[in-house]
Amino acid sequence: MGSSGSGKSTLLNILGILDNYDEGSYYLNGSLVKDMSEKQAARLRNELVGFVFQSFNLISFKNAMENVALPLYYQGVNRKKRNKIALEYLDKVGLLDWATHLPNEMSGGQKQRVAIARSLISQPKIIFADEPTGALDTSTSYEVMDILREINADGITVILVTHEHDIAAMTQKIVRLKDGRIDEIIKNGDLKHFQHQYAKELETA
Amino acid sequence: MFDIDKWQEILATIKKNKMRTFLTGFSVAWGIFMLMILLGAGNGLSNGVSQNFMRDAVNAMWLWSGRTSIPYQGMKENRQIRFTNADYELLKDLEGIEYTSGRYYIGGNLFSYGSEYGEYTAVTCHPDLKEVESIEMVDGRFVNQVDIDQTRKSVVLGKDIYDALFKDKNAIGEYVRVNNIPFKVVGVCREGGGTRHRNAYIPVTTGQKVFNGSNRLHNFALTINAETLEESQAIEAKVRETLARKHKFDATDESAMGSYNKLEDVIQTMKIFQAIDIFIWIIGIGTLIAGVVGVSNIMLIVVKERTKEIGIRKAIGASPASVIGLILLEAVMITTIAGYIGLVLGTGLMEGINFIVEKQFEASAATNGGNGETLFRNPTVDLGVAMSATLLLVIAGAIAGYIPAKRAARIKPIVALRDE
Repeated sequence: MGSSGSGKSTLLNILGILDNYDEGSYYLNGSLVKDMSEKQAARLRNELVGFVFQSFNLISFKNAMENVALPLYYQGVNRKKRNKIALEYLDKVGLLDWATHLPNEMSGGQKQRVAIARSLISQPKIIFADEPTGALDTSTSYEVMDILREINADGITVILVTHEHDIAAMTQKIVRLKDGRIDEIIKNGDLKHFQHQYAKELETA
Repeated sequence: MFDIDKWQEILATIKKNKMRTFLTGFSVAWGIFMLMILLGAGNGLSNGVSQNFMRDAVNAMWLWSGRTSIPYQGMKENRQIRFTNADYELLKDLEGIEYTSGRYYIGGNLFSYGSEYGEYTAVTCHPDLKEVESIEMVDGRFVNQVDIDQTRKSVVLGKDIYDALFKDKNAIGEYVRVNNIPFKVVGVCREGGGTRHRNAYIPVTTGQKVFNGSNRLHNFALTINAETLEESQAIEAKVRETLARKHKFDATDESAMGSYNKLEDVIQTMKIFQAIDIFIWIIGIGTLIAGVVGVSNIMLIVVKERTKEIGIRKAIGASPASVIGLILLEAVMITTIAGYIGLVLGTGLMEGINFIVEKQFEASAATNGGNGETLFRNPTVDLGVAMSATLLLVIAGAIAGYIPAKRAARIKPIVALRDE
């Protein structure tokens, strides 16, 4: 987390190979990610990572099931099979009944859950979530966070960007950015301290 | 390319974006449709007019004698020039001349058979006239060489004369009276491409003998072996020179001997049609360009509109090639199908018009004894032309889609995702 302009999203985009970086080096799954061709980057994104965005980024003319199944299309999985898998993942996020609905027929929370199902379907190693709760109210935010925590519990790394302390407090490790640099890293054990500090910040605000 | 899944993906996209698909398709279909109509109309007009020309052989030439208007070799002007059978023999063997027929005018042509009678024209001729004036036989035969040699009193009646004198009875072998002299009917004919068949044909030698013409001829009808205007004019000049030398008049004297060269007219008219053709092509190509621009424009908008979608697709693992392929195949598919629809509609319309025109032609033909009048016939377009026009639009659509699609596929997904 960090304040606006601190470089949260940029870092996330670089980690997710959505953007290039100028200095330093980034190793993903043991291989250097730098100046990759679009084709290679696309393959890595498809196989290793999943994305969840603040604005959901579902394809508006495809229904929930088709949206979830899309990553498998790029893996060359045939239509029947990938739709079946998509339904399984929709079931996991509790949206099986909404499979044939278009994104604009769903609420924000539902859309985000569809997006999460989509990020999961390719069985990635890491999920990048750029302010996944930014466009949601508190209770739906918590629902979405519950799902993300379950995913994390299943062994998939979840990296999420947020500027909401309550959301950050649900994670196991917090990296604070300031002016493009890592300011502090708060690990599991120190979370209590973070929560304390968070309370203090609230008081001063 | 022939991955069924890809096509399903494209079909799904098309199905979900009907307006966009319709607009792209419409501009293509409209371009082809207009081109078909333009070219069809041009062809129809051209066909109609050339058919009217076919009444006589297109390479026909007529010569007639008159009085000199220019003094020549010490002889005064205003001297009557007379053609004779010897001129016929001369012309017949002249190089470049195919068919020749002389004619001697006979006056007062009253035809009668039994109680029926009428005033018609008796044309005295050689057998070759059949070719020069494209005469078609309905029944029996035309004047032949034996008629000429034996000065037989044979007559070939025009269809209108036959209808008036004989109604539906058999005429062959019957005798009709021409100026009260009995002639034996040997055939019934129609004038090719014409609507009136009021001429009767009798052997020229018989005409001269019976109607006191001795060896005189008034005019000649001939066809010449010429393909181009230059050839035809050269032969015409040669004919004029030959006759001028024989009859001692200035070859340039139009009033001593008049001549009409049909090929000149035909070639002139065909030139006009070539010009019209070019004009139509210019408009047609203009229409095509408008279609190409329309398709390109829509493809640009389509790609712009889909930038975010492209970003999403790339974020979840679409390679640039698959993005380009998706947009390109969609563009090609829409333009091909729409082009085909335009082709079918345009052809359909032209066939419909053709049907009506033929109906009218038949109707006018029925009242005119077999030959209809029309300025517009067979307004159809060469399928090859139509196909290549469609192909051009498809390629244009593909190029128009490819350039922005490639650009869209190259931009970083994060930039594409930010696009609203």
